Parts: sequence; C-alpha cells; structure tokens
Amino acid sequence: MSADTVLLNTPLNALHIELGARMVPFAGYSMPVQYPMGLMAEHHHTRAEAGLFDVSHMGQLRLVGPDAAAAFESLMPVDVIDLPVGKQRYGLLLTDEGTIIDDLMFVNRGTDIFVIVNGACKVNDIAHIQARIGSRCQVIPMPERALLALQGPKAVDALARMVPGVEKLVFMTGASYEWQGADLFITRSGYTGEDGFEISVGNQHVDAFARALLAQSEVKPIGLGARNSLRLEAGLCLYGNDIDTTTTPIEAGLNWAIQKVRRTGGLRAGGFPGAHIVLGQMDGTHALTRKRVGLIAQERVPVREHVELQNTQGVKIGEVTSGLLGPSTNIPVAMGYVDVASAALGTVIHAMVRGKAVPMTVSAMPFVPNRYYRG
Amino acid sequence: MSLKYTEEHEWILVEGDVATVGITHHAQDALGDVVFVELPAVGSSFEQKAVAGVVESVKAAADVYMPISGEITEVNEALRDDPSLANTDPLGAGWFFKVKLSDASQVNALLDETAYTAFAAS
Repeated sequence: MSADTVLLNTPLNALHIELGARMVPFAGYSMPVQYPMGLMAEHHHTRAEAGLFDVSHMGQLRLVGPDAAAAFESLMPVDVIDLPVGKQRYGLLLTDEGTIIDDLMFVNRGTDIFVIVNGACKVNDIAHIQARIGSRCQVIPMPERALLALQGPKAVDALARMVPGVEKLVFMTGASYEWQGADLFITRSGYTGEDGFEISVGNQHVDAFARALLAQSEVKPIGLGARNSLRLEAGLCLYGNDIDTTTTPIEAGLNWAIQKVRRTGGLRAGGFPGAHIVLGQMDGTHALTRKRVGLIAQERVPVREHVELQNTQGVKIGEVTSGLLGPSTNIPVAMGYVDVASAALGTVIHAMVRGKAVPMTVSAMPFVPNRYYRG
Repeated sequence: MSLKYTEEHEWILVEGDVATVGITHHAQDALGDVVFVELPAVGSSFEQKAVAGVVESVKAAADVYMPISGEITEVNEALRDDPSLANTDPLGAGWFFKVKLSDASQVNALLDETAYTAFAAS
C-alpha cells in the first residue's frame, strides 16, 4: 500500500486508541497490532483465559435466494447444498486454474447464507461472486456490521454471562442472539485453535458491546500480532502468505475442506473452477509437485517468511511462507512449501537464515493441540 | 562519559578505549518482546555501520549495527539465554557487546541524548 492511501477505521477505532493500542495499516484499515500488554502476554492470555479481537476489517455478506446454495457451490470445491441450517463450514473461492482467490467461512442460516471473507480480499471477492453468480442469487454486502472474535478457554464463561445460551453452541455452528436491543449473530469458531466465538454485531452497537466484554474479568484486548502467532501455532493458513492465487487447495494440504460429494466419484463431483486440476492433483492424474508442510526448528533461531528451504544436500526445495518463535511452543515453528519428495513427516530440511542452515523437521500441524468445543 | 546514540537505535557507552553497545529503549519498544539475539564472535572486527548482530521479536527481525569501528572484546552471554533482558533492561543488563575502538574520533559524530530523543520522536 502506498503511503498516501487513506486508511479506513473500524467502528472500534476510538476504543483501540483509548486502550493504548499501537495502530498499523492492515488490509486497508488502521488496526491494533498490539496493546500495552504486548504480543507475548496477549498470546498467552488468549491460550489461558479469553482474548477479544476486532476483526471488523473482514468482509461480511449474505447470499439470498432459493438457488443461492447451488450457485455458491459452483464457485467452491465444498459441499454447500447439504450443509444443515445452523452449521458453519470452511470454503475456498477458486480461479479457473484451481488456485485460491480467498478462503472463507459460511453459515447456512436458513433464510440466507452468511459469508465471512478476508478483509484484504473482500472487494475482489464480492465482485467475483457478483460476476459469477449474481444472476442466480442476491449478493448483499454487509458494511453496516462489525465483527469481533472472543477466543480462549474462558471465552464461553465471559460471553454466556452477557448472552445466555451461547454455551449451547458447538464448534462450527451459529445462531442469532440479542444483547441490550442489539441483534448478534454468533458462531462458535475462530482463528486461534482455541474454543471461542465470532460475533457479528451492528456498527452502532459494537463499541458498547466490546466495552461490556472487556469489563468481564477473563477478557483482554488482543492485537493482530498475537492473532498471527496464535493462528500459526494452530496450523491455520494466512491468506496472502500461505495460500494465494499461485497455490491450489491440494498443494496447500486443504484436502479435508473438499467433501466427498465434490470429489471424483462423488454425487456432485467437480463443477467448480479448476476442478480438473484440483481433483486431478487429488487423484494423482495431475502432477502435484509441492506441498505445504509444518516445520519445527531444532535450534532457537526464528525462521521467517521467504526463507529458502534446502534439502540436506543443499538443493533448494522450497520456501517458508509463515514462521516465528511460537510463544506457546517456545521453539521456532513455520509453514512453507517443499517439493513432494521432501514433504514426508520427519524429513529433516535446512532453512537458510542469514546464510546459515537451521535444521528443521517436517512436522504435523497444529503445533499446539486444538481445543475446539464439540459438545 | 555519557551515552551516545545512533540513528539505527543503538546506544554506546565509551570508557577509555572500550565501548559497550546495546539497543535503545525506543528500539526494544518498537520491536516488542525480544525472543532471539545473534551476537558477533569475540575477536572479530567490524567497520562502523556494519551489521554485527541480529535482534528478533515474535513479529520482526532487526539488524544491530556497529556504532563505531573496532574489535569485539566481549559479548553478553546472559542475553543469549534470556533475550528478554533487551526489553526489561535495555541500557543495563540487556547490553549486547563490548568493542575496542579503532578510531575514537568517530564517537564525536554520534548523537547525544537530546538529539537522539528528537530523532526517535520524529
């Protein structure tokens, strides 16, 4: 972004500044990267108690109409049609080459499909969805709503005190609630690997709602810095780093996001952009040359994005796409793409940091166990 | 002898022909929680403004530059074991290395506290 671009503010901008946040440009918005508590303490607080994140820069939209599910399914390799009312699912918008335009979450709310997309991608996503399926359903952006995430093992205690009933939600479900006259749409999901919630609330109510959450003893405000370290330890992709329009879902190891019904041999196999490439890579009929892997360093040297990866013979095999010293793992963790020959768990590869080889082991993700609430 | 500063946010304290070097309070605050430092080898020599070390937080990595030319005589081993000393006591226990000056006249051109404070605030 150029320096003269005007940054947008979320409806919580005044609150962030009041809380002493360090604000940085992110996805076209001025966003809190950390509060006075600091990244490390914010990270640990979220894993131990409950952290409140302003994610209002993200895009919210609704798809409405009897054909909405079938239409949305034509853009993604996932099962939209059979998703029961009240359930949430992870989705991927694909190019005609099968690479990833964006990753998103969607909920079947019965009357509509509620979609949350990445902030930096939202303008393009909405244009893409409108252009491809705008004739089959209404595509309604929701700039009038803010989005909060409350994450951590005590998130449920804090939120249920204000919004009784949310404790009944399980991971990847959502429902409507009310708080002091404000309508809320809450899902039990998030981007930290912890139990927690995402709360869609009208712009005019979000400041009061966020302040009421922060008044709960378990809750502290958490910035984008800790959001990144938490999601990386949880093994979750960051769009723009770990997945983008050069990577396919199969290269990214997101096979789990493609339900059986859309795979080769399934009832509604294919029928999404780039299906011949994506399903071909799954079936082995289309070459799969590289894969996203998790990496754990054998030394304490942090390994960051764009660091070159080599095999132990010194041949370049890939690159790191995200990496840092995990505050909870207390050892450098990373993810990156490597040649399939080096992608097996346990393979030792070299990350070249300032000309020196840091040995890393290809490892399963998440790096810290998920603690989702499944009932 | 009082502290001098660089525009790269190092501080330097000269005592005789040896100087102690660290990163400033402003630098550690901007970096956030320091999790890793790479220190130069004792006995190695660097020109002024050469990269002599690295300091990393969870979110960023930054080079540590030589404020003056000279030979490394000692490094702060405690900082390797507990990099957070750079945050908690940047001007004291969080020092990085000591240098035997090869050109003492370079010190005069460094920023004094008033000039550095103005620079860091700009």
